[in-house]
Amino acid sequence: MTRWTAVCALADLDPERGVTALVEGHQVAVFRLADDRVLAVQQKDPYSGANVLSRGIVGSAGDVATVTSPMYKQVWSLESGTCLDPGGKPAHDLVVFPARVDDGRVLVAAP
Amino acid sequence: MSPSSPGRIVVVGAGMVAHRFADQLRSRSAEGDWRLTVIGDEPLLPYDRVHLSDLFTGKDAAALALEPSVWADPRITLVTGERVERLDRDARTVTTATGRVEPYDTLVLATGSWAWTPRTEGTDLPGVFSYRTVADVVAVQEWAATRAAELGRPLTGVVVGGGVLGLEAAAALQGLGATTTVVEFADRLMNVQLDDGGGEALRVLVTANGVEVRTAAAAVRLGAADDGAVATMDLSTGATVPADVVVFSTGIRPRDRLARESGLAIGERGGVVVGRTCRTSDPAVWAIGECASFEGECVGLVAPGNLMADVVASQLFGGPRTYTPAPEGTRLKGAGVEAASFGDVFGLTPGALEVTLADPVARTYRKIVVSDDARTLLGGVFVGDASLYASLRPLLGRPLGADPSAFLAPEGGAPAPGGDVPDDVVVCSCANVSAGSVRAAVTEHGCTTVGEVKACTKAGTVCGSCVPLLTKIVTATLEDAGITVSRAMCEHFAMPRAELFALVREGGLRTFSEVVAAHGTGRGCVICKPVVASILSSLGAGHVLEPEHAALQDTNDHVLANLQKDGTYSVVPRVPGGEITPEKLLVIAQVAQEFGLYTRITGAQRIGMFGARIDQLPAIWRRLVDAGMESGQAYGKSLRAVKSCVGSAWCRFGVQDSVGMGVRLELRYRGLRAPHKFKVGVSGCARECAEARGKDVGVIATEKGWNVYVGGNGGFTPRHAELLAEDLDDDRLVQVVDRFLAHYIQTADRLQRTAPWVADYPGGIEELRRVLVEDALGIGAQLDALVADHVDGYADEWRSTLEDPDKLRRFQAFVNAPGEHDPDLAYTAERGQARPARPGETAHHDPVVARTLEIVP
Ligand SMILES: Cc1cc2nc3c(=O)[nH]c(=O)nc-3n(C[C@H](O)[C@H](O)[C@H](O)COP(=O)(O)OP(=O)(O)OC[C@H]3O[C@@H](n4cnc5c(N)ncnc54)[C@H](O)[C@@H]3O)c2cc1C
Repeated sequence: MTRWTAVCALADLDPERGVTALVEGHQVAVFRLADDRVLAVQQKDPYSGANVLSRGIVGSAGDVATVTSPMYKQVWSLESGTCLDPGGKPAHDLVVFPARVDDGRVLVAAP
Repeated sequence: MSPSSPGRIVVVGAGMVAHRFADQLRSRSAEGDWRLTVIGDEPLLPYDRVHLSDLFTGKDAAALALEPSVWADPRITLVTGERVERLDRDARTVTTATGRVEPYDTLVLATGSWAWTPRTEGTDLPGVFSYRTVADVVAVQEWAATRAAELGRPLTGVVVGGGVLGLEAAAALQGLGATTTVVEFADRLMNVQLDDGGGEALRVLVTANGVEVRTAAAAVRLGAADDGAVATMDLSTGATVPADVVVFSTGIRPRDRLARESGLAIGERGGVVVGRTCRTSDPAVWAIGECASFEGECVGLVAPGNLMADVVASQLFGGPRTYTPAPEGTRLKGAGVEAASFGDVFGLTPGALEVTLADPVARTYRKIVVSDDARTLLGGVFVGDASLYASLRPLLGRPLGADPSAFLAPEGGAPAPGGDVPDDVVVCSCANVSAGSVRAAVTEHGCTTVGEVKACTKAGTVCGSCVPLLTKIVTATLEDAGITVSRAMCEHFAMPRAELFALVREGGLRTFSEVVAAHGTGRGCVICKPVVASILSSLGAGHVLEPEHAALQDTNDHVLANLQKDGTYSVVPRVPGGEITPEKLLVIAQVAQEFGLYTRITGAQRIGMFGARIDQLPAIWRRLVDAGMESGQAYGKSLRAVKSCVGSAWCRFGVQDSVGMGVRLELRYRGLRAPHKFKVGVSGCARECAEARGKDVGVIATEKGWNVYVGGNGGFTPRHAELLAEDLDDDRLVQVVDRFLAHYIQTADRLQRTAPWVADYPGGIEELRRVLVEDALGIGAQLDALVADHVDGYADEWRSTLEDPDKLRRFQAFVNAPGEHDPDLAYTAERGQARPARPGETAHHDPVVARTLEIVP
């Protein structure tokens, strides 16, 4: 049984930008897409070790929504956490956190 | 040593051609049993004599040095400041004035020429110079400065000789503040290269530039002032002209004394006799450059000398190359006037037809000489507008392809020949590069820009006049070869930045959604989103943090601070002109102390504070803004800072108020978004303490105003900025800089700094000058407007952020835990300040505490 944490209202999020939430002790990067979907991945950038992924630029690669690390510009799928462009380094995928919107509230669960 | 190996090679003379030879040798035979010693009597590294006059425009002698990495080759030894006095061909040695004896297996003479001066009474007076070396130029400069001070008035200068070098020297004397007269023995200027009509047109132009021209006159005597320095010149016409500084530019003679004294064959008119292989009458001795006499002639240009250097480098390794002089053209440079010619200037070929267009209003004279059937190009003369010279000269002796008059027609005539010139045509005669080699650089060596082709072939790197043609050939080759250099910015936009800029401006688009709907696909990425943000910002489409723009920004622009490696940010307030009051310094100190920020003076004369958490940024900035400071945009692709020296307000040497100008420029361009960050420097005198020529825009004070240089860069690929305009007053300076920045912003590629943008600009700095300073394309007003709109719309980003609760939301550490912050941050102490701790180091999460930690090594 998934335990959801309400982190904020959807209206608190800007389209195509992220915020950081604390979910059961995890730092989570939560993003609102242009179509109002909400997706969440780990906040820690595996390449720099800094907690910064919520501050990356949101975009698309083909049909897949992506985020780019603001630190060294690796690119991941926000949907699967797969590293799409490791920038010449070994690929490290991200942990994906289940997220959904319920009645205007953003809910995130620990995986 | 194998019999065919050149063994110990000694070159006498360390000039332009000797450099070329060393460079060729080095690149030709990676391996090989040879060693090279180059001995020159000038005290400097071999330098670019062709651009000697640049010394007058503020360039320092070191910047003239020819590619110095050649001398780092372990097989090559360069000896400077030593004259070779004797050549002993039996012993195979040369001996220098200091007694150094250098044995050789192979000797190459590259001694160049000396400036000949007629035996006129008084040529030995102080204040009389020739014009050949850096030492000459330095002496002229020093004399002009001290003599003007002694006399307490502007100087009058006289140049004897109205050829290309004389006219260059005259412009240089004028630049030193002297009223200048040119005295020429023949009945017209540049009499070797120009016909009567061309010479007359040139006289009109030179006179209009303020130089007095006296033709059919010779200097017969120089008279001295009471203190013994030159003061007057008597002319063969009976006139006497005042002369405080005199430069003789009356021709050059080959330096062939060594060869003469050692019994080598010498040409009738001087010079060491060589054949097609450039070997002299002694098989172990070769001669190249201006000192070599081929078929009775020595040529005073660098291109044939370079060709000879290539020939010898090939021959020494058993190669087949031989010397065939290519027909040379001449183009006047450095005189502020255009004049050029090539081929059969006087129409002497039997049956030759001349088509001439003299336009007294536009002050141009242009002539094309063709064969009797009007098909084959035989020559051309261009005065006042030499744009046809670069495109027609390579076609000498070939079909012209159109009626000659069509080329001369003012508008809508035949297009100048372009990318389709035949492979064997020499495009760049200075570096001897054919159209075929340019094409090969693209098709075989993978070059995709003019800049890369220049670096690969050296074409266009000497006098630069072939760059427009070069550009056409490169573009055409890329197209023909179907080499699609993808111009797409990324998967979302198929066009480069400059095109997108124009589309956004023309379409009046104001948001990313509008831009991507009209011209792209998908939802963008880290490449295109910041580009669109920067374009929208440059076009004044609102604050970078308006919601629609916010999603486009890199984190730096999003939170108005520069991301550091641990996820914290730096804080850099603007310090215009490097001026800061004690009160502001105190506030900075208090903020840094309270938040435990690591503090240092940045390279751009500001104070940087590092280690601010995202949630601390608003509190920090509120303190700074309240104390009257504003964002320094250290995070943006925009103006960083204007560096200046202290200038005339305090400095004993300053001639202009560089701090005042620095502040003015910084306040004007602050916040102006561009394809990349850009820096500006302002120096208050020619000592250049602000290192302005290493900046994107460098402003250097002169007695009369400001010189502005553009396209400089420090960092990874250092490059000196090039002179764009001289002696501007304050307002004109600002206008020229406005236009430069606006044009760059509109047309540069993504992340292209000004240095490569200027280097790749079609037509180079000269064209840029025409467009920006002379407004030849009529786009000046539009460029001015871009900056004017920016200045009107400027607001401090931090102040407007602090006033907007919506914007302040993005500075929370956790959306669901106000007051908490990133628990993973950890700092240790170093030299009394905090820095991010590495794993295993003694650390504390609060930098205020961390900086006091005892670190036991
Ligand atoms: C102001 C100016 C503008 C010019 N503009 C152009 C131009 O636009 N286009 C163009 O094609 N050409 C131009 N030239 C000419 C061009 O500079 C020369 O053609 C070129 O430098 C010739 O190269 P070189 O190596 O043969 O001779 P140099 O460059 O003169 O080098 C010869 C060197 O050998 C040294 N030397 C001589 N004898 C001895 C010895 N016994 N021992 C040791 N060292 C010795 C000399 O001091 C000198 O340093 C210009 C020249 C001047 C002065």
